[in-house]
Amino acid sequence: MGRITLDKVTKKFGDVEVIPPLDLTIEDGEFVVFVGPSGCGKSTLLRLIAGLEDVSGGEIRIDGKPATDLPPAKRGLAMVFQSYALYPHMSVRKNIAFPMKMAGMPEDEQKRRIDNAARALNLTDYLDRRPGQLSGGQRQRVAIGRAIVREPAAFLFDEPLSNLDAALRVGMRMEISELHKKLDTTMIYVTHDQVEAMTMADKIVVLRAGNIEQVGSPLELYRNPRNTFVAGFIGSPKMNLIDGAEAKKHSAETIGVRPEHIDVSASEGTWKGRIGVAEHLGSDTFFHVHDTGLAETITIRAGGEVGLHHGDTVFLTPQHDKIHRFDSKGLRAA
Amino acid sequence: MATQHSRSAARIMISPAVVLLLAWMIVPLVLTVYFSLLRYNLLMPGTERFVGFLNYKLFYQNPAFWTAMLNTLLLVGGVLIITVVGGILLAILLDQPIWGQGIVRILVIAPFFVMPTVSALVWKNMFMNPVSGLFAEFSKAVGLAPFDFLSQAPLASIIGIVSWQWLPFATLILLTAIQSLDSEQMEAAEMDGASALSRFWYITLPHLSRAITVVILIQTIFLLSVFAEILVTTNGGPGNASTNLTYLVYARSLLNFDVGGGSAGGVVAIILANIVAIFLMRMIGKNLDA
Repeated sequence: MGRITLDKVTKKFGDVEVIPPLDLTIEDGEFVVFVGPSGCGKSTLLRLIAGLEDVSGGEIRIDGKPATDLPPAKRGLAMVFQSYALYPHMSVRKNIAFPMKMAGMPEDEQKRRIDNAARALNLTDYLDRRPGQLSGGQRQRVAIGRAIVREPAAFLFDEPLSNLDAALRVGMRMEISELHKKLDTTMIYVTHDQVEAMTMADKIVVLRAGNIEQVGSPLELYRNPRNTFVAGFIGSPKMNLIDGAEAKKHSAETIGVRPEHIDVSASEGTWKGRIGVAEHLGSDTFFHVHDTGLAETITIRAGGEVGLHHGDTVFLTPQHDKIHRFDSKGLRAA
Repeated sequence: MATQHSRSAARIMISPAVVLLLAWMIVPLVLTVYFSLLRYNLLMPGTERFVGFLNYKLFYQNPAFWTAMLNTLLLVGGVLIITVVGGILLAILLDQPIWGQGIVRILVIAPFFVMPTVSALVWKNMFMNPVSGLFAEFSKAVGLAPFDFLSQAPLASIIGIVSWQWLPFATLILLTAIQSLDSEQMEAAEMDGASALSRFWYITLPHLSRAITVVILIQTIFLLSVFAEILVTTNGGPGNASTNLTYLVYARSLLNFDVGGGSAGGVVAIILANIVAIFLMRMIGKNLDA
C-alpha cells in the first residue's frame, strides 16, 4: 500500500518560498514522474516526501496516516539517490542487507531477500564485490536492490539515471519500468528529462518554480497541454510556439504546433521557408526552417528519409486540427 | 614520461636530489652506528677504541632500559588513543553548523602552534604546580588536598600535555575527512533506518579509517621521539618514572658524557621505531590501499 497525499505543503528556505502551497495525491501503485527544468523544486518536493527536509507548512499523509512529523525511516519509503549513495566500504551484499540489519530482521530472512533481489537485478555474481568495482549500471542496480529488500510502501527515485551514459540510460529506464510492473508498488520518480517522463510515467506532474503546472497521463499532457510552459516542455523536439499575426488568425495570442503536425511539401503550403539545419536520423528527419515570415524558427519532423537539404525552399502546412491555441496569459484557450 | 628517452632523462635530472637526500640520511646513521661500537667518553678524550657490542650490552643491562622502553610505548599508545578518540569527537562537533565556527576552529587548532617547551612549561607552572597551579586552586576550592601531578603521576601528566599538543593535528585531519563524506550516503543511511549511533559506526567511522591511519602513522613517528616536554617538566623522574628512550639516550650521552652508550641507545631506538612501524603497517597500512 502506498497512497501519498500532500495537503497544502509548503517549503521555505529562510525567506525564500521554494514550494508554495501544493496539493497532490499519488494513488497506490502509480508510477508518478515529477518533471521540470532544474531548480523547479522537484527534488525538494521528493525530499519533503522522504522526510529528508522538514515541511514549512501543510501535511503529508501516507496511506491516510499523518507522516509530516515522522522521521524518514518510519515512513516506510525507500529512496534511490542520484549518486546512488552506496556505502563504499561494504560489499554489495552488505549494502543490500543494511536496511534489514538496521531493522533487526532475522539472518535467514535477510539472506532470502538478498538472494531474491540479486536474482531479479542480475547481481548474483557481484554480491561480494565492493561498489567501487562495479560499473555505473551495476551500482544503480545495487541501489535499487537496497530499496527493494525493504518492501517499502513507495519508491522514491531522485534523477537516478542522470549519471549513466545514453545507451545504459535507455536500458535502465526499461528495467525500472519492468520492476514497477512486477512489484506494482507506488513509485515517484524525479527527472528533468521529459523523455524519461513520457516513457515511464502513469502520471506526470509538471513543475515550474514549485508550482504544479499540470498533472496528467503522458498522452493527456501531449494532447492537451494546459499552458504554453507544459506545451513547450513536453514533447521532443519542442512544440513550435508562434505569436503575433499568425496567432491572431486563429483568434489566439499564441498558437502551438508540434513539429510532427506540420506537413512538408516542395511545391505548396501555408508557409514558405528555407531549410537551415537539417538533422537526418534515418528514422526521422528534423528541419529547422527560417524565413517563413514568422518571427520564430519553425522545427518540423518529416518521417523517414527525406531528400531535402540545407538551403532548400520548402512549403509548410500545419495540420488544422492539431493547432493548440493559448490566450494572453499563456493558458489554453477552449 | 612515456618514452625510453624521457624516462632516462628524468632519472638523470632527479639524481642530484636523490644523492643529496641519501647522503643526508646515510652519513649520520653510519656515524651513529660507528660511534656505538666505540668506547667514546667525552670526559676521556683520546681514549676511543673499538669495543664491539659492549655499549649495547651495557645499555641493555641498564635497569632503566626496560622502564624507558615501557614508558615510550605507554606514552605513544596513550597519546594516540586520546588524540584519535578526542579528535574524532571534536571533528564531529566542529562539523556541526554553529555560530562563530571560524573562530572556534582557529582556537581548537591553536595549541599546535605553541612550542613544545613553552606549552610544557605553561602546563607545569600554571596548571599542574601543586602550590600555585590552577588545578591546585580548584582542589582547594572544593576542599581537597592539591594533587602533585608531576611527582605523583609523572608519565600520565606528560601524556596529558603531549595529547593536548597533538589533539589539534588529529582534529584537523579528521575534520577534513568528515567534510568529504558524501551527504547523500548519510541520508541514505537515515532512510535505511540507521540511528545516529549506527550511522556513526557504519558510515562515518569506516569513512574515516584512512584519515585515522594517517594520523596514527604520522603521530607515532613524532611521539617516539618526545623529549622537550620531559626535559622541562620532570627531567625523566622521579627516578625513571617518566624516562622514555629518547630521554635515556640524552641522559647517557650528555649527562654521562658517554657518546658510545648514547649512540648504542640511538640505534636501539631506530630498531624499536622500525618494529613499531612494521606492526603499524601490518595492522592498519592496508587502509591506505585503494
